[in-house]
This record gives sequence, structure tokens and C-alpha cells, in this order.
Amino acid sequence: MSGQELTNLDEIAALLLAEAKRHGATEADVVVVEGDSLSVGVRLGEIEKVQRSKARHLGLRAFAGKSSAITSTADFSRGSLMRLAEESVALARVTAVDEVSGLPERDQLATAIADLELYDPAIRDISAETATEWCKEAEAAAMAADPRITKSEGAEFDCGTHRVVYATSHGFAGSYRSSACSLSAVPVATENGAMERDYWYSSQRRLSALESPASIGARAAQRALRRLGARQVGTMTVPVIFDPDMAASLVGHVAGAVSGYALYRGVSFLRDKLGEKVMPDFVSIADQGNLPGGLGSKPFDGEGLPTRRTAVVERGVLSSYLFDTYSARKLGSRSTGNAARSVADAPGVSPTNLCLAAGDTAPEAIIASVKSGLYVTELMGFGVNSVTGDYSRGASGQWIENGELAYPVSEITIAGNLLDMFRDIEVVGSDLERRRSICAPTIKIARMTVAGA
Amino acid sequence: MSETTARSLEPRRFFLDRFALDESALEDAIGSAIARKADFADLYFEFHSSESFSMEEGIVKRANKNISQGAGVRVVAGDKYGCAHTDEVNGETLRLATQTARAIAEAGGRESGVAVRATRPQHDLYTLEQHPLDVALAEKIALLNDLDVFARRYDPRITNVLAGLGVEQKIVLVVNSSGVVVGDVQPLIRLSVTCIAEEGGKRQQGTSGGGGRVEFDFLTEGNRYRDWVKVAADQALRNLDAVDAPAGNMTVVLGPGWPGVLLHEAVGHGLEGDFNRKQTSAFSGRIGERVASELCTVVDDGTLPNRRGSLNCDDEGTPTGRTVLIEKGILRGYLQDRMNARLMGMEPTGNGRRESFAHAPMPRMTNTFMLAGETPPEDIIRSVPKGLYAANFGGGQVDITSGKFVFSATEAYLIEDGRITRPVKGATLIGNGPQSLTKISMVGTDLALDEGVGTCGKDGQSVPVGVGLPTIRIDGMTVGGTQA
Repeated sequence: MSGQELTNLDEIAALLLAEAKRHGATEADVVVVEGDSLSVGVRLGEIEKVQRSKARHLGLRAFAGKSSAITSTADFSRGSLMRLAEESVALARVTAVDEVSGLPERDQLATAIADLELYDPAIRDISAETATEWCKEAEAAAMAADPRITKSEGAEFDCGTHRVVYATSHGFAGSYRSSACSLSAVPVATENGAMERDYWYSSQRRLSALESPASIGARAAQRALRRLGARQVGTMTVPVIFDPDMAASLVGHVAGAVSGYALYRGVSFLRDKLGEKVMPDFVSIADQGNLPGGLGSKPFDGEGLPTRRTAVVERGVLSSYLFDTYSARKLGSRSTGNAARSVADAPGVSPTNLCLAAGDTAPEAIIASVKSGLYVTELMGFGVNSVTGDYSRGASGQWIENGELAYPVSEITIAGNLLDMFRDIEVVGSDLERRRSICAPTIKIARMTVAGA
Repeated sequence: MSETTARSLEPRRFFLDRFALDESALEDAIGSAIARKADFADLYFEFHSSESFSMEEGIVKRANKNISQGAGVRVVAGDKYGCAHTDEVNGETLRLATQTARAIAEAGGRESGVAVRATRPQHDLYTLEQHPLDVALAEKIALLNDLDVFARRYDPRITNVLAGLGVEQKIVLVVNSSGVVVGDVQPLIRLSVTCIAEEGGKRQQGTSGGGGRVEFDFLTEGNRYRDWVKVAADQALRNLDAVDAPAGNMTVVLGPGWPGVLLHEAVGHGLEGDFNRKQTSAFSGRIGERVASELCTVVDDGTLPNRRGSLNCDDEGTPTGRTVLIEKGILRGYLQDRMNARLMGMEPTGNGRRESFAHAPMPRMTNTFMLAGETPPEDIIRSVPKGLYAANFGGGQVDITSGKFVFSATEAYLIEDGRITRPVKGATLIGNGPQSLTKISMVGTDLALDEGVGTCGKDGQSVPVGVGLPTIRIDGMTVGGTQA
């Protein structure tokens, strides 16, 4: 019943565009994604799981004048694809006319596909056996770190390769390959009947750039151990230091607030702030989609525009929002090449590699600058109001006394308002690592409310 | 009525036709999967069709239709499992997937043929007269348009309305090495509404919605969707006047319904079999111990008709059930899938769930709630001289091992002298799973389940769930406001 399967992705894209046109689409675009992935888990020295997946999916967006719709499928049979094109156009005819909708202007499209070193062929060839050895090594390093590491949630290695093909009815056709791999370990530390777990991971496009298994295990163990004996503190207003991964979560809130969609919908705490000072002079944040080897890099965005560097906050001043074509048109601006297109949905805005630039203070010196305050190493929950910037999240970390990490704390919350918190950034650390697509060094915020016992 | 949504649809026949397989292909695949030192093996076939519509600025801008399909093969040996997934299904890809999956079981074991026999799920919780996918597009778009008009008329301070309607159907078939073949057809519908209110330069938003394994008419019956609009609009409007939330430890009263997310985070995850088998849960080894006040009885029930979290059978083919997790404060049971139940010497509870064929099953919740108590909710509020009343929540999160959990109030009020007074800004509440429930001093008569919008994430897999709670009083929880 599934009939003839089509396998050449470029031909599939061309066929779908032609079919959409035949059914009356005025414009159309197609995205096809295919990938292979491997996931291996080890626990207590034994292999626990091996999982392999093959997946492919495609989505067709059809415009009927100024209205549009998307159909997507994992069924690549000819019959299915023919039906898909017809349904997409039919569905487009029932949605509302939206004056600013449509493909980007032709002169904005990428004309060359840059090689951003996103694909490492070594990842395609990793065997489950090799991955198992890395997991065993990482977990063993964690278990050997201290006798109080008594249990383990295990270690896991994941990798995959992907190919993305994108084509439009107005002449763009491009594709690229990418790869990614990651290794993580999650040990559990026990003391006086109480358990604490923590993790460490490394994630990269190239296998050779991955942190060593032994180092991942050792850092994971150290992170779990330092949580043992955590207590609550009282409720007070103190300086709060965010470690790099937690500081990155604050940059993530900026990403949400500078998205063109949040802005034209009026649900961003940074609306009407363009050109204003929102952070101190020494803070800059930039998005860079064409960073070689970057975890968030891609040669063209979800609408075929070249990716680029956009200064979002420059020396404290909010200097640009992030747009795709639609949200840019809504606000009378131009796309910044930040269209993110999933197979099954219309484009949206997403940061690529969004990074808060390093300062020149060592993290130890930042900690030493606090007489009494909190060093946050974990945040929990979703207590961030994107409209107002009101911020309230569960936290754990280390209490700082007289410039030193004194004891672990947990079951507390930190609260403030993101606009105040960004204004109150007092120091930016020198310890920037591009561990993820959104990253930051250690930062210190002058004051926040800590709630506890 | 379309080919894939007919009432009489029979999943086994459906997949054999769709992937051009014959009966013997199923027997071959499952027989070869178990032909090693494996304890059991299963095949999972899935055909998932969905459509979604979104509205903003008064128009339905986006419409999507999607089809995902594929098969997953899993082979379990002791506490190890191998999995392979493919979205291209035929005899050859099934054979390859089976080889990959069974590599984890040492070679050697028995060579046993498996004769498969079709069975029906034990429950029939969501047979629909008309599947929502078959309702005309125009009706769905008309509902969203009316929702927008209604919201803007409700109060002129509502300046924008965002709404999303999602309709889906999963056809699944589980074939396992015991020879069981069980299929299910699972409808699901979800409407979400966000209202944005503006006044005097201040802006706020409120969110609501609902749904379940129901017909499209469920949304319009008794103007249900308009009630959700009112909830979202009122929440946005009230938050315009909200004052800073208090900070510190205080008495907290949770309202009925969605605040049951407390149970989901504080105890539900911690009672999932996998964490307890590995003894990494704060609840590990504590069955029979007191973990809540004696007023608390908490159950997980996958058999409630038409509920978002309900299933006729779980994704391993086990019939869903009603599992008592906590009975009058005493920890009674865990939520189990097949693998963890077997390794712990327990029975599966029908909680083995997977997001899709491309994910492995694990123990998950269905509908988790606390049974009603005996105190009228007004008396609970009246009993509190000073505290916080939390009426609605966003999401929550838990650290299974330390037991610390959070959930964030999106609608909350101060309680002063036994009365609900001013609205306060959203704040995160934090507690410790095994301790927080021991501080529950009053349980209301007003048990309510949520409206049907919940989604639970674990290990990167999302599944639909339900929660429920009567009004309860907790004598001491940390509230994460800014007013120290």
C-alpha cells in the first residue's frame, strides 16, 4: 500500500514544490530532515541500553496568496507526497489572509552555502561498543572519586548525524550536514542517609573536541559531593553569583525577550527598550549563526537567509532584536537570519550561538568579593514571567561567607525582576566556555531576594 | 469518515495493510527478537496523525497537519535493553531493527517461535462517535474566531488573545514475546488560550485551556471554551493589580484542580519504578512508611473515561489501572512498567509509557490526584491568619534523589485574617517531597481534576497527563517572592 518510496531528498523537494504549484499555490517551501542516531547507556559498569534510530520527515508550506498552511509527513511514498501537496494548498485556503506573510525577498537569500565545519564523519562510524567503553570510563571515574559516591544513575553517550534540505518556489535550494555528540555522567553521593545527585556533560559537533570521559566523570562526582549536607538559609537580600551554566539561563531569558514574535505580541519585558541601556557598560551579548563548529551554527536559516553575527546588547545598550522574515515585517524591520524552521511548523525565531562576552575577572575573585551571599549552581522550575520579567526560581548552590564557599544550600528560592537583575550585574567573569549554544561566563548580581526557612 | 478514523478501525489490520506486512512478519520479528538470552521483547507500531490551528491578532494564521509513523523494537535482558526504531517499516527494516535491538542480549539462548494472538484492551475509555480530526476545518476555525471576539468583549483591557487548538489520533499496536497483540486508537484534543491585558502602561498575561480524549463538541458544550477564556482573562486582569509576593516560610493553601501538580512533582515522579529499582529516589525502600499526613490518600488512575492522562492500555499493552500510591499517609505502591516491575518482583501497573515509537518505554504517571477530605474549602481559608492562597500554577520540576521540588504559582493571593485579600505576583514554591505532605493539616471536600492540558517531561520524553487536588492546607512551605 505504501507504494514506491522516494529516496533522493532534493528530488522530493522539487517534486513537492511542483505539485504545490500545480494545485494552485502561489508560493511554497519544503524542508526535509533525515538523521541517524545512537544512544548508549551504562550503569554500575554494565551496559544498560543501546538505542538506534533512523528518522526522516518533511514539511511543505504552501501559500494561497496571503494565507498559508503546513503539512508534514514521515511517509515518503509517492502517493503520500502527492496527497500532502494537495492537502497543504487546501488547508492554506481556509486560514486567514495575513498581509505580511510570504517568503523572504529574493535578494536576501543565501547565494553560497558556507562550510561551517558542522559535520564530523567520525561520528557516523562510532560503534555501540566504543561508546560503551567511554560511558564505562566516565562512570568509573565518578565512582572512584570518593567513597561517598555510592550509586549511579549511569553514564550516557549520544550521537547523531543529520542532513537538512531546504528549497523554495522562488529559487532557493540548499542543504547541509551536521553532527553532534555528547557524553554525560550522573553519580549519586550519600552521607548520613541523605542522597544528592548531580551531573556533568560535554557536547560538541566534533568527536575530538569532546571532554575526556575521565574528566566528565570526575567533575560530575565533585559536583554531587559538594551538595552533601545542604541546608536551608533564612530569608534575606544578598548578592547572588551565577555559575556559567546558570548565567547562560539568564541569557536564555534575553533570547526569549528579543524574539520578534514576543515583541510584536507585546509579551516581552524588553519591548520598547531598543537603544536603551539595559545592562552595565561591561556587558555585551551577541548572536552568531556562522560561528565555525558552533553547536547552534547553520549556513542558512530556516528561510534560506545567510546566518550572521548580530550584536544584541552592546556595552549595555539593547542594540538589536532577533527576527525572521514574518516578525521583521510586523515591526517594519529586516530579518536577522534567525528563522528556525521545524518540519511540522511555520518559521519562528531562535537564537543560534548566543553568548555573553567574557569579562576579565577570575571566578575565584568574584566569589572572594562577597561577604555573605549565594553561589548558584542549579535552578529549578519555570517561575519567569516573560511579559514583566518577574523572576522566581528554586535554587541550590553554595553559601558564601567572607569570600569563601562555606557550605551547600538547597530548598531555597531566588527572586527579582530580570530588568533589575540585568541592571545590577556587578561583575562578569573571564571563564567563558562554549559548552552549549547559549553560553555565558560567571556573573554576579548585586542583590536578589533569597527565600528559605 | 476517513480511512484512519473510522470507529471500527482495527489496529492490527491497519498496520498490516499500511506497511504491507503479513501475519508471519510479526511472528518472525518477535520470534527473532526473543531468540537469545532475552527476558522479553516487544514491537510497537505507531501511526500518529495530528492537526493544529493557531490564532492571534484576531485571525487564524497557522494551520498544520502532520503524519508520523514507524516502529520500535525492544529486547530486554535482565536490566539491559536494546532498542531500534525506524520510520520506514517493512519486513527488511524490521529484521534489521530486531538484530540491532537484540545485540544487547548475549547470544546463545533459546530459539523459540512465538505464536501471536490478537486481544482487545480491557478498557473502552474513549470510543468516539465522531473523531475530532473528522470535524470540518471551518468549525475549528469558527471556534477560534469566536473565542477571540468573546475575550475582547469580555473586558476592553484584553488587548490580544493567543489560542491554539491541537487535535490528534494515535493508532498503536503492541506485539510482545508472550504472544500478545494489543492495539488501541487514542484520540486527543487540547485547546489553550492566553489573554494579554493592558492598563495604565502595565501588561500581564493569563493562560487557561482544556481538553481530553473527547469529541470536538466537548469544547463547545455549555460554552466550556468560553469559561476557559474567562479564566485566562481574569487571571491576566487580576495580575495587573498584583503586589509583590511574600518571601519565606509560611502557611500555604492550594486551590482545587491543577494545583495537583504538587503531587505530580512532590511524590509522583519519586514513586516511578525505575528510580526506586536503582534506589536513587528519596522514596526508595520506604513502602509502608509514613510520608504524608493521615489525611492524604493519593492515587494514579489511568482508567478515568475521556481524560487526557487515561489509556485503555499502556504502551507495553498492559491494561491501565488505579494504583494507590499513598493511603492515609502511608506509602503503598510504585508506578511500574514491565521491566522494572519484573526486576523488583512486583506486578506491572499499566504505567509503561513512551512518547512515540522512537522512544523507549519507562514508568510514567497517568492521572494523579488526592482523594477528597472532609473539610469545606471555606473553612480551610478561614483557618489561616496569614498565608498564601495559590489558585493556579504553571509547571513544576523535581530532583528525584534529594526530593526537592518546585512549582510556580501563576495566580496567588494573600490570606489575611482568614480571608483572601490582595492578588500577588507569581512566585515559585519549593519543598521536599517526603516532608511536604506530612505538613498537610486540612483536606477539602472539593476534589477537582484539571481541565486537561498537562504534559509531563522525563528524560526528554513528553506524555499527556492529568492531575487533581481538593483544597488543602500546608503548614509551612517556602514561598519565593521578593518581599522579605
